[in-house]
Amino acid sequence: MIRLERVTKMYKTSTRPALDRVSVSVEKGEFVFLIGPSGSGKSTFLRLLLREDLPTRGKITVADLDVAKLPRRRVPRLRQRIGCVFQDFRLLPNKTVGGNVAFALEVIGKPQSTIGRVVPEVLELVGLEGKADRMPHELSGGEQQRVAIARAFVNRPLVLLADEPTGNLDPDTSQDIMLLLERINRTGTTVVMATHDHSIVDSMRRRVVELDLGQVVRDESRGVYGVGRAQA
Amino acid sequence: MRTDFVRREVTTGLRRNVTMTIAMVLTTAISLALVGTGLLAVRTIDSTEAIYADRLEVQVALTQDVSSADTDCSQPICQGIETTLQNSPLVESVTYESQQAAYERFQELFAGQSIADVARPQSLPATLRVKLADQDNGAEAVRQAMNGQVGVRTVIDQRDVVGKLFDFLGGVRNVTFALALVQAIAALLLISNTVQVSAYTRRVEVGVMRLVGATRWYTQLPFLIEAVITGVAGAVLAGVGLVVAKFVFIDDLLAGIAQNGVIPPVTIFDVLETSIWLVPIGAAIAGVTGYVTLRLYVKV
Repeated sequence: MIRLERVTKMYKTSTRPALDRVSVSVEKGEFVFLIGPSGSGKSTFLRLLLREDLPTRGKITVADLDVAKLPRRRVPRLRQRIGCVFQDFRLLPNKTVGGNVAFALEVIGKPQSTIGRVVPEVLELVGLEGKADRMPHELSGGEQQRVAIARAFVNRPLVLLADEPTGNLDPDTSQDIMLLLERINRTGTTVVMATHDHSIVDSMRRRVVELDLGQVVRDESRGVYGVGRAQA
Repeated sequence: MRTDFVRREVTTGLRRNVTMTIAMVLTTAISLALVGTGLLAVRTIDSTEAIYADRLEVQVALTQDVSSADTDCSQPICQGIETTLQNSPLVESVTYESQQAAYERFQELFAGQSIADVARPQSLPATLRVKLADQDNGAEAVRQAMNGQVGVRTVIDQRDVVGKLFDFLGGVRNVTFALALVQAIAALLLISNTVQVSAYTRRVEVGVMRLVGATRWYTQLPFLIEAVITGVAGAVLAGVGLVVAKFVFIDDLLAGIAQNGVIPPVTIFDVLETSIWLVPIGAAIAGVTGYVTLRLYVKV
């Protein structure tokens, strides 16, 4: 589903590569934690998958699309296959919960009949049934992140990228969000989640790819956050 | 393409930046009104030239002695000059105006004015009035041919007199176009700035649109339509302004000279036709500026 082959990304403003000959392959339906300290290259990794940036060298394939060689006009097609969730939710404050989720379908030209059918389904999936008419500021942080996940998932993407989705949430709420991401993963959606949250990584025991100074320093199929912690 | 979505985004965008939108409409309106004034000046110059092309003559004024001695151009000097003129292929016709006829026309032109009382027939020269077949080269040819001829006092090309009027109208046109250009630059910068502000205030929406895979057109279209709407609104306002200006200023300003037939009047039809042109001009300027701004400055 996702394949990086010796991918290097250099930024003009830095002498050190943000990613340095990274090779990672993620199969369909996998759940992968991307961990590492700040500046290790996690965000660059996700940005390259989304074609927000182009790699300096190497090849990236997402859902059978050669990301770097994709003509600009076909980039939307790539992004329609990928859902994104962020730490700061990025909800539209002037739209209702339902409006926020519907927006993702409206802007890719889906007909109103489809939107009217699919939006309540996905709101139910994320546990927000009955809250379609609420405004984002009326919701808790956890609920707002659920709206963001609903918006990312409503178009049934093949891949869900989550960049610190629990970074702004308390531990209990974070657990709920993780259960939701797991549920989405069980539908066959590949999930790649960048995180600093030790307890979540340790409790889930999923594949862990650790980056440090732009290089993959660990890739374990059922890993924990820190190597020492795993032995403990 | 979901038109209801685009319409909603455009309405929201215009409402959210309402003060900026008004500023943009007004600046565009002033700029386009100046362009319209320039176009009307060009139109007036063209129709004035057309009017005068038929009327203008070259006058060959005869010396005092020939004028008073020959009342019907039957004597050799006047005959010779007339024949020379008539034989020229650049000349269409030649008419003789005697001192007496010139005096009568003078009285008619200046009726009621004191100058009419002091004028005498013998103070006016008899003239051969030459209508040209070739408007471009005829006058100069006649001047050269008549220069130094016995019996010719002077050659007057009426174009020289009317030229000053054309110079004035041309000046009006140039000044309005120059002002329109300066104002257009201000309008362009304002449109560009408004599109940037508009995109900035909607950066979260734009960000989400990009991430969920909206095409570039879908993302850009609301901004472009906003720009075009303000451009068209500016053009309509400019058109209304020109119509009002016609009745309030232009008609008064040109009343005297238009009634005398010196220049053709600016009709409501002229103003409306010019105004209609301003709409596509306004739309195109705003649309192109918006598009270029989005390409250069805004990541959408």
